[in-house]
Amino acid sequence: MDAQEPRQEPHDDRSQGTPLLKRGLAEMLKGGVIMDVTTPEQARIAQEAGAVAVMALERVPADIRAAGGVARMADPARIKAIMEAVSIPVMAKVRIGHFAEAQILEALGVDYIDESEVLTPADEEFHIAKERFRVPFVCGARDLGEALRRIAEGAAMIRTKGEPGTGNVVEAVRHLRRVQSQIRRLRQLSEEELVREARDLGAPLELVRETRSLGRLPVVNFAAGGVATPADAALLMQLGADGIFVGSGIFKSADPARRARAIVLATAHYDDPQLLAEVSQDLGEAMPGIDTAALEPAQRMQERGI
Amino acid sequence: MAGTEGAAPAARPRVGVLDLQGDVREHVRALERAGAEVRRVKWPGQLEGLQGLVLPGGESTTLRRFLGQDGWAEALQAAIGAGLGLFGTCAGAILMAREVEGEEASPLAVLPVTVRRNAYGRQIDSFVARIGAGDLAPELAGSPAEPLEAVFIRAPRIVAVRPEEVQVLASWRGEPVLVRKGRWLAGTFHPELTGDLRVHRFWLDLLSA
Repeated sequence: MDAQEPRQEPHDDRSQGTPLLKRGLAEMLKGGVIMDVTTPEQARIAQEAGAVAVMALERVPADIRAAGGVARMADPARIKAIMEAVSIPVMAKVRIGHFAEAQILEALGVDYIDESEVLTPADEEFHIAKERFRVPFVCGARDLGEALRRIAEGAAMIRTKGEPGTGNVVEAVRHLRRVQSQIRRLRQLSEEELVREARDLGAPLELVRETRSLGRLPVVNFAAGGVATPADAALLMQLGADGIFVGSGIFKSADPARRARAIVLATAHYDDPQLLAEVSQDLGEAMPGIDTAALEPAQRMQERGI
Repeated sequence: MAGTEGAAPAARPRVGVLDLQGDVREHVRALERAGAEVRRVKWPGQLEGLQGLVLPGGESTTLRRFLGQDGWAEALQAAIGAGLGLFGTCAGAILMAREVEGEEASPLAVLPVTVRRNAYGRQIDSFVARIGAGDLAPELAGSPAEPLEAVFIRAPRIVAVRPEEVQVLASWRGEPVLVRKGRWLAGTFHPELTGDLRVHRFWLDLLSA
């Protein structure tokens, strides 16, 4: 799995920033929930509810949609305040292709960088060359080709995109099912057909081969984009997600602490309908949802960075 | 995968991996390759009949929260009283520690050591180290002795042990990174990520002894 050279500090017997370390942290997050937060207080609520990590943001995706304009990396002061408030890993988002924002987040010491379609892309052609960084990256994907291209660029974790800020799980389901089905399909192909499949996917043959032999992506794959209820989380886990990102779904709901806790429990015990029934009770209003079919093409964040 | 399996099926240790959050899959794979019969444990009732339980790597605050409910603490204490072996890596070691600096210990808290969470820094400070054969207990170093690749991810440090109760099996830069008390093993790194099965095999041997 080590495609790149590990970085070796002079006079040091340790290697740092290797693919194993970057992918390894994502392995530790499996079965968990990563929650979008905009304040230290929200970060503490997320940690208390059992989140495995928080995503530090200026605004949650639903508010980014509402505000319009250009969405950028959060203010470093806000990210630092959130890092000081909790002991769990802190992630933060940069615009697609904006490697200077990524350099800033690395300097701040965030634990994971999300090169995210939720923010306004900075580069319409290229993603960040992520293997140059010591901090690991997570990227969004709608299908296997996108996922493997991001991994080829150095992403150490993938999240299926869904449609962020909608409270509507339909796109997350579509993207996760598509990735799974494309991986299943690889297993049927002969070696000759695999070469053509790699070309059609627009992905490096080596990664296509590795995916076929593993029967899953070479890195951890979380589901994201539209998760609003414990049942949404359980659905995506049953469809094969390694864990869940919840963006607007928690802090746009009536009782964030309670809903956050319920989604954590539903993610761990996704195959236990009795427990899902219990934790789904009396959560108060979920976030208001959006019909994703009614979105104008320009409003669809998932089309960014493919 | 072959080799250890099938030799003496009756003697295969039956172990569980706590499956609430974390790198469960990696431990299951390592234990199966090392010849164990492995069960994922999601509820306290599933501890029944196990010789040992792995507490995997993960987020310790999340796992601690789970162990504080559903009767986990009582069930684990009872199983430990009946001889359950434990193997904790990273977050798992934090769950086993009797003391966690600056925080409340987990409901499990059985191992007489003190740990400090995120003690090397953030993810950017995570590292892979080669632990020289001289820093490994002979039973772990193997023969001929080989260094051990140890993966530290936002790792804790074991800052105090009671030497009369706890044996240090591996150390790095003079500090313990893998310790043992009877059938309990706690490490601050992730042997489940490297494919080197020595630590898992060592623990399974403890369970069979």
